Amino acid sequence: MSDQLLVSTRKGLFSARRQGKGAWALEEVFFLGDNVSLSMRDPRDGAWYAALDHGHFGAKLHRSRDRGATWEEVGVPAYPAPPEGHVEKDFLGREIPWRLIRFWCLTPGLASQPGLLWAGTLPGGLFWSEDWGATWQMVESLWNMPERRKWMGGGADAPGIHSVVVDPRDGHRVVVAVSSGGIWQTRDRGQTWTAHTKGMRADYAPPELVEAPESQDPHRLVQCPGQPDHWWVQHHNGIFRSTDDARSWTEVTDVQPSVFGFPVVVHPKDPDTAWFIPAIKDEKRIPVEGRVVVNRTRDGGRTFETLHRGLPQAWAYDLVYRHAMDLDGSGERLAFGSTTGSVWISENQGDDWLTLAEHLPPVHAVVFV
Amino acid sequence: MPRVAFTRNLQRHVACPPCAVAGATVRESLEAAFALYPRLRGYVLDEHGELRFHMSIYVDGVPIADRKGLGDPVPEGAEIFVMQALSGG
Repeated sequence: MSDQLLVSTRKGLFSARRQGKGAWALEEVFFLGDNVSLSMRDPRDGAWYAALDHGHFGAKLHRSRDRGATWEEVGVPAYPAPPEGHVEKDFLGREIPWRLIRFWCLTPGLASQPGLLWAGTLPGGLFWSEDWGATWQMVESLWNMPERRKWMGGGADAPGIHSVVVDPRDGHRVVVAVSSGGIWQTRDRGQTWTAHTKGMRADYAPPELVEAPESQDPHRLVQCPGQPDHWWVQHHNGIFRSTDDARSWTEVTDVQPSVFGFPVVVHPKDPDTAWFIPAIKDEKRIPVEGRVVVNRTRDGGRTFETLHRGLPQAWAYDLVYRHAMDLDGSGERLAFGSTTGSVWISENQGDDWLTLAEHLPPVHAVVFV
Repeated sequence: MPRVAFTRNLQRHVACPPCAVAGATVRESLEAAFALYPRLRGYVLDEHGELRFHMSIYVDGVPIADRKGLGDPVPEGAEIFVMQALSGG
């Protein structure tokens, strides 16, 4: 079980630690005042990574090998220069820069791939590093794929890769999810890519594009590590599940109070157990009726429990971003943070919640370390 | 020699005290400064060597014209000042 949580916020990286049963407290802050997009713990060597978005000064990446006591700046991905005279435009004719805007996902390779890191970024570039982030290489096959030109902004002005999943059975198999641009898989570590959105639909798209891979806006993609044929997606259009290793997807409907949301986490061993945070979709993006709740299924999406004990049930307008919910390795401890600076933790799979913070800066991501 | 100074807001991330450098253009002067402070490059320029969108450079109080090529001439003894553009908020 994990006793420590890192909270990436608009104004710093906060660390909270368990003080005893049911008691957690904030203890430290790193990069106070800086915009921290996300953080990650590499299970292979225990290193922490923090992705910063300085705005004026660009996106940066820092690493700590001593649990935050000291940090060192490492390298960042570089987009290639566009061909002479080339002006990249998205599907709607808006200009897309060939420049790193922001890290949106950081995923370690397998234990058999020391030093290998994957980075999903805005405006849609996938990169890997083979030296723990010192240098980065763009996966040009994905960037040059014609379908990539049909990706659009979703959650940001430019398209971005927010989920990079390395198959625990085969480190050459990587599945990425794009907002907004579908789900893409490589089995040869990035040389070739195929779409994996069969069964998904995008109600918001023009009728003839409802089932097109590029129309799909998966908000978050996760794979059950212990049963890796089982996947979940919180999609803009709802919840989708795959039990055939992402070859096809089944839509989960009739989810109260809403099937819309951003994050999803799945139990590390039990693929039927997953958690979601429902919100009113599109036009509002706030909790339904001002109540913060978490939805849990234990039967693969046939039924859901709406969990609320310890969460505010009136006048609460906390939105939870796609990386702002995490489950620890035991599958018991859950945490999520909101755009209004609240963080809640559960030690019993969401049955009961305790309030860790109510006045942090807007939370971008949380991760147990 | 031109003198290059950097906004105090940069000092929080990269130590870069003012320095006297050899250079006839903004690009040459900045390259000389980056030789002293290698980590500074990525904070001022993007991956294509262009001035970051929310940064600005003044030569003797005048904003530079060539934000991509950084070819603005730098007179002997000029003051180059690198700072944020207020557009960045």
